[in-house]
Amino acid sequence: MAAKAIEVNNLTFSYPDTDEPVLKDINFSINHGEILGIIGPTGAGKSTLAMCVNGLVPQVINGEMEGTVKVNGSEVSESSVAKMSEDVGFVFQEPENQLSQMTIEEEVAFGMGNLGVPRDDMRVRITDALEQVGLTGFEKRSPLALSGGQQQRLAIAAVLAMRPSIMIMDEPTSMLDPKGKNEVYDVLKNLKDYGMTGIIIDHEVERIAAYCDKVLVLYEGEVQMFAPSEEVFTNIKKMHELTLNAPQVTEFLSSYNQAFGKDVKLSTTLEEAVDNFESVCK
Amino acid sequence: MEPYISVKNVSHKYPNGVTAIKDINLDIHEGEVVAILGSNGSGKTTLVKHFNGLLKPTKGEITVGTMNTKKERISKLSSRVGYVFQNPNHQTFLPSVKQELAYGCKNLKMTEEDIETRVQKAIDLFRLEDRLDDNPFDLNSSQRKEVAMASIMAVSPKVIVLDEPTTGQDHKGCKRVLELVRMFQREGHIVVLITHDMHLIGELNCRTVVMNQSEKIADDHASVVFSDKGIMEEAGLQPPQITQFANQITNLDEMKTYLTVESIIEWMKANKEEDVKVGTGS
Repeated sequence: MAAKAIEVNNLTFSYPDTDEPVLKDINFSINHGEILGIIGPTGAGKSTLAMCVNGLVPQVINGEMEGTVKVNGSEVSESSVAKMSEDVGFVFQEPENQLSQMTIEEEVAFGMGNLGVPRDDMRVRITDALEQVGLTGFEKRSPLALSGGQQQRLAIAAVLAMRPSIMIMDEPTSMLDPKGKNEVYDVLKNLKDYGMTGIIIDHEVERIAAYCDKVLVLYEGEVQMFAPSEEVFTNIKKMHELTLNAPQVTEFLSSYNQAFGKDVKLSTTLEEAVDNFESVCK
Repeated sequence: MEPYISVKNVSHKYPNGVTAIKDINLDIHEGEVVAILGSNGSGKTTLVKHFNGLLKPTKGEITVGTMNTKKERISKLSSRVGYVFQNPNHQTFLPSVKQELAYGCKNLKMTEEDIETRVQKAIDLFRLEDRLDDNPFDLNSSQRKEVAMASIMAVSPKVIVLDEPTTGQDHKGCKRVLELVRMFQREGHIVVLITHDMHLIGELNCRTVVMNQSEKIADDHASVVFSDKGIMEEAGLQPPQITQFANQITNLDEMKTYLTVESIIEWMKANKEEDVKVGTGS
């Protein structure tokens, strides 16, 4: 059987000088081409877990780690962070933190330059990456002249150009307006067409439900749920126990069933919720 | 009743020639909670920065209390209008929570006794007793944000501006912001919210001003604004998921103005409309 895109086994991690591990015995795996959403309250360990996948933890951000993290079948701890960045791209919350060049073209070229990609190849990749995020025609502009949503898409393009097989985004939409948020999630959806695997950390459960294949719920460093999105979000009782909320339509159908003794099938997206509700209330 | 903040025909042109707000008229009265919505770059923040004199109108006039912002010093205006920034790190810099809470009052040269009373009130309202000696940077982002809000509260300006208060907050953090807005209102403050968070506005169901391309395009109750498809589309906004759902499932117009799951369920119970007939949708 082909190796999983990401395979995490018995992962426990503690930051220096802390009593309790921030991640406790984490186990999960995702296949190539899948999009995984990671949700959980602030401080649950979401970002730390993401950084274990590209080796930033523990190689740059130190601590004590047990267990294994494998990317495309190879152990992350056996590669350098630089080597890992060829396989795993990382997009942070604030795009300004990862933009540094004078023009958009140079910005996209920057990461590739560090990988030693030949010049001709670079040109092709720049064109491709900008097209993928809808920024074709912006090549000569300054990154600082872009809106927040565009900057975030540019940060994504710069990572895409490095042709990683896995893309991790840590709260990439929190600074963006609704349109900008949709733009970023649409890029995430497109990753699938390129055979890429994606991980997104976000508090936006409605978008996670609509775009992710699977969801992993972290709570105080432990995996509380790991299942297809629908299965996670329709377990309303458990979500509430973990101080989390399901999408509003799921919350509504659940409250409706409870209040009126009905049995409308819970769903996690707007369209399906409307269909399910209609079929019972005609 | 005279408005507390009165914005008359205000435009602001930045030195680089960009007109960020155009011909804005807006009156805000005692006791109001006003949300300012709009996409990134629509002029929301520029408008609000006029309230405390950080920006002066290049055309038109603004009065706050009885002060004309063009003629008053920022220091004087800041005792009337407190601004809580999106990123609490931009306004937290002292080594302990207690010092942080007293900073604004000290700056305004209040007496020691007065400062003590005000800081104590903020400590009580925000339940910060156990954190007074903590370094704000050892707190998590939600707690740090609360410290920033509490230190503004200590100054007790009439108007409290919250810039994107729910950004990056988990579900619990968002609920806390909601409580705090209501608390500010109970304490007699005017609250101005700059936000992209449609769930927050849905919960508050407050007056909502929509900015688009430097102009004010709507100013009404959230339920009215959210059901105006033209305005929402023009501004690139989407109402909360539950409102979109309500718009599609029922032919009972009244329900379309409900903005939260709880309020729809309550309405259904009151109207014994559990078997809501399915409308044509819109």
